[in-house]
Amino acid sequence: MNFMDKWKTKLQHLPTQASIYTLFVVVTALSVYFLDKSVVAFLLLLGSLLLLYFTSFKNSVKWAVGGILLFIVIPFATSGGLAHESYMEVATQCGIYIAMALGLNIVVGFAGLLDLGFVAFFAIGAYTYAIFATPQANNFISGQLFPLSGSSFWLFILIGGFVAALFGVLLGLPVLRVKGDYLAIVTLGFGEIIRIIFNNMEKPINITNGAMGLSSIQPPNLFGLKFTFPHQFYFIVVGILVIVIFTVRRLEHSKMGRSWKAIRENEIAAQSMGIPLIRTKLTAFAVGASFSGMMGVVFAAKQTFIDPTSFTLLESITILVMVILGGMGSVPGVILGAALVTILNLQVLTELTNWLNQLTMNGTISIPNALSPSKMQRFIFGAILVCIAIFRPNGLIVAKNRKVDAEQLKAERSHTPVPVGQSTGQSGGVAK
Amino acid sequence: MTILKVAKLVKRFGGLTAVDGVDFAFPKGKISAVIGPNGAGKTTFFNVITGIYKPDEGEIELDGKSIVNVKPHLITSRGIARTFQNIRLFGSMTVLENVMVGMHIHLKTGLFGTLLRLPRNRAEEKRSQEEAYRLLEYVGLESLLNEQANSLSYGAQRRLEIARALATRPKVLLLDEPAAGMNPRETVDLIGLIKRIRQELEITIILIEHDMRLVMELSDHILVLDYGTKIAEGIPEEIRTNPRVIEAYLGKSAAQQGVIS
Repeated sequence: MNFMDKWKTKLQHLPTQASIYTLFVVVTALSVYFLDKSVVAFLLLLGSLLLLYFTSFKNSVKWAVGGILLFIVIPFATSGGLAHESYMEVATQCGIYIAMALGLNIVVGFAGLLDLGFVAFFAIGAYTYAIFATPQANNFISGQLFPLSGSSFWLFILIGGFVAALFGVLLGLPVLRVKGDYLAIVTLGFGEIIRIIFNNMEKPINITNGAMGLSSIQPPNLFGLKFTFPHQFYFIVVGILVIVIFTVRRLEHSKMGRSWKAIRENEIAAQSMGIPLIRTKLTAFAVGASFSGMMGVVFAAKQTFIDPTSFTLLESITILVMVILGGMGSVPGVILGAALVTILNLQVLTELTNWLNQLTMNGTISIPNALSPSKMQRFIFGAILVCIAIFRPNGLIVAKNRKVDAEQLKAERSHTPVPVGQSTGQSGGVAK
Repeated sequence: MTILKVAKLVKRFGGLTAVDGVDFAFPKGKISAVIGPNGAGKTTFFNVITGIYKPDEGEIELDGKSIVNVKPHLITSRGIARTFQNIRLFGSMTVLENVMVGMHIHLKTGLFGTLLRLPRNRAEEKRSQEEAYRLLEYVGLESLLNEQANSLSYGAQRRLEIARALATRPKVLLLDEPAAGMNPRETVDLIGLIKRIRQELEITIILIEHDMRLVMELSDHILVLDYGTKIAEGIPEEIRTNPRVIEAYLGKSAAQQGVIS
């Protein structure tokens, strides 16, 4: 016990932390670069970002180190081996899901509105770009202007976000009068309706090409540089993600963020504090949807092919799982939840399946066909979710309230007179 | 002078008329009490005034302007704030944040201001924190500012609701059973607080309360409801001896005996 305590105090020492952390990053990065079988090292390298969150460095230092890791260390370290593109693909997918989960977190975690059709906004973003970046749009706009060139992609990130936000508002207007379970059902319906509409909009005018999907979507183009590989998309996704995280952090501790949470906690009281219910909820829907829409555009450009099967109810549920697993209303939690679920599905479980398959082929072990790893993948995933739900019911990183320095407030407020009441005329920043 | 006036106010729920033709003028700068037996329609009366329910008939005027059919959040910005009988705090938010939510209508920062965080937005946020802190000092909760609201004691939660309502800078403050669940000492403190709010902040107070000691000590005017109708109004002395009031509370036989204590 004494030994443990000693280590604990040692670990709180900042230079010690810094050196251990640097060592960790260097070792994992080098192993990713030089080893052939480097999946574990790659995951540890990603884990260094999580570790960074728990260090006691200053916030600005954390951001700087995180930036270096994301933009330099990770892309460079993975470039050494054959698995480069597959690692970058995993990281890119992670980024896409994190942004979506952060969007849904605004709706579900902050505003407390259960949305089971969130993937619809992702689909709207994806189709917004796909329709105009393929010859598809020629079917309803004359002049053979399409496909638009890949340089329009950058503008479409904004347009996709905006269109998704617009649909968020359109959905919200009729829907937000219902609450709780009813809202969940209506949004579930909305998600399915959007998918089915995309599935059927090839008649009478062929807009979405129906179940055939849209192929050969123009890749993004930046001054002649074409983006086709995952390691290129990685930078786009991380760039957007940084903006998204920044936006969420600012909103969370603002008038808007407090209004969302107030509505979540108690609608009637929120209303009595002067918060307009419908407008505040619509803002939550719109902001959340816009993140999803932006990533939809990136997704369409990355896949170069989309069809309605990418946007099923299961996707909405997966995003919701990420939010709940990470911790509703907790930004670091949701980021962790989304990354974990994505990595688990794309890398860990598939690797495990491959490994077991290989063992079976070599005859080392024999697994009956009914229990074949490919069939067990979903089961293992489910079991992990159940375990987390039991042991961390409030999420992996529980949402924390921001603490305010009481002493500082006390010192500063004493310079001004008591502001209570309209009759005193002191307005605390209100322009009357 | 009248600040809030209701005339022939009616609110029905199906076959039940919860508020039945109530007329009353609440004098400015005074403390008025609304009393009556359980189910007399007092809280419904508050809910109609604050816009949570729409009245079926009648008129409500604040400073001479009608607030019938005005949305609840806009009624708040017209200058009516309230607390709730069954406490409705924002439980998982901090005490300070609860008060800051109350300042909502006085904060000008919009979506883009929040994202850009210009000096002006930053200053507004800082000022609102300071003001919230001063309000907490006013109700005596400043040492708990970083606590989660639902971790407070019952009496403290009631005081926090008052601080949050004051943060909207109301002209009229509606208190729905502010002393419910408080121990005698907390009630004494509460009486002091309400008096201070009236005197120092010049806010008109309307309260629903079952604790007769508090009602009689604080009120300048009393409105008595029973089955949704007004059965009496007047100063505490008149109400104390009013036979119809005693009858409503204690039954006919008691009415012949005398006085509510």
